[in-house]
Amino acid sequence: MKGMTIIVKKIGQIICPVIFMFGLYIILHGHLTPGGGFAGGVIMAGAFILQILANGNILPNLRKEEEGLEFMESAAILGFLILAGLGLLFSGGVVFFANFLDKGELGKLISGGFIPIENIVVGAEVCAAIATIFIAMVVYKDEEKK
Amino acid sequence: MELYLIIILVLMILGSIYSLNASDLLSAVISYGIVGFGLVIAFLLLQAPDLAIVQVVVEVATLIIMIAAIKNTQSKIPKMEFKPKIAIYYAITLIAALVFILIFDRATGCLSQFGADTMRMAQPYIDGAQHTKSANLVTGVVFDYRAYDTLGEATVLFTAVIGVLTILRIKGKKEK
Repeated sequence: MKGMTIIVKKIGQIICPVIFMFGLYIILHGHLTPGGGFAGGVIMAGAFILQILANGNILPNLRKEEEGLEFMESAAILGFLILAGLGLLFSGGVVFFANFLDKGELGKLISGGFIPIENIVVGAEVCAAIATIFIAMVVYKDEEKK
Repeated sequence: MELYLIIILVLMILGSIYSLNASDLLSAVISYGIVGFGLVIAFLLLQAPDLAIVQVVVEVATLIIMIAAIKNTQSKIPKMEFKPKIAIYYAITLIAALVFILIFDRATGCLSQFGADTMRMAQPYIDGAQHTKSANLVTGVVFDYRAYDTLGEATVLFTAVIGVLTILRIKGKKEK
């Protein structure tokens, strides 16, 4: 896949960090404002996709990035399962996904027990999944040509 | 509000009909985007910002991925020629659709008015904000009451990615 012109590349460089930070904001404030792990994860993946579309496949180690994203996805879903198992452990083997942490005060940033942690894990999983699908399309297409 | 909803729903139906009859795949995918973005506005009108955010970002991502997939295939759709056999298929489809619409009409007649019983379902979840301490009620439902469902959704996504990688890994197959 070829890259685009210098204008698109520069605009992409300027706007990508903003999109990434917005995705992080949506994930971290998932228990306070609309949004959450799924929406924020797809927005963060959008930042990756914008970079790849603008720069093309000239990024040297795109294959390595894909393997890293695969690892991140598998680790995130394993972490989600471990959280569920910890809930089962702390509730004395009664409730799967029991909310075992201190819940804090309603409306604060650190509140809701392990709901923010679940949001972060699901966000990482969704971001890695969408980005992996897109990078796989770019990388394997180029490998097929060679 | 219902007038706006009806206008948007008609636009969505027109977009999907056009995408069925489009001559090449790219315009079909782009006109199918009307359905997704119309759904975003419908969600916003029905006061569901959570769903609207997820729908708009997923719609953009799927449009990009679909276009990337189409660029790898042939973009022309082969023309279908009319045979008498096809007329029978059309007739069967029409009869099935008619029966479905009749049964659907009977079934919806038994339900209560649209949006009438919202509070009966929502009240326990609104009270649940005191239990989960999550100000966003949807997150409270998705990640606390229904966390097992969320695990299923994440697993579906994981399986989808593994499937895509297995299909696309052409070079790995050739080396064997």
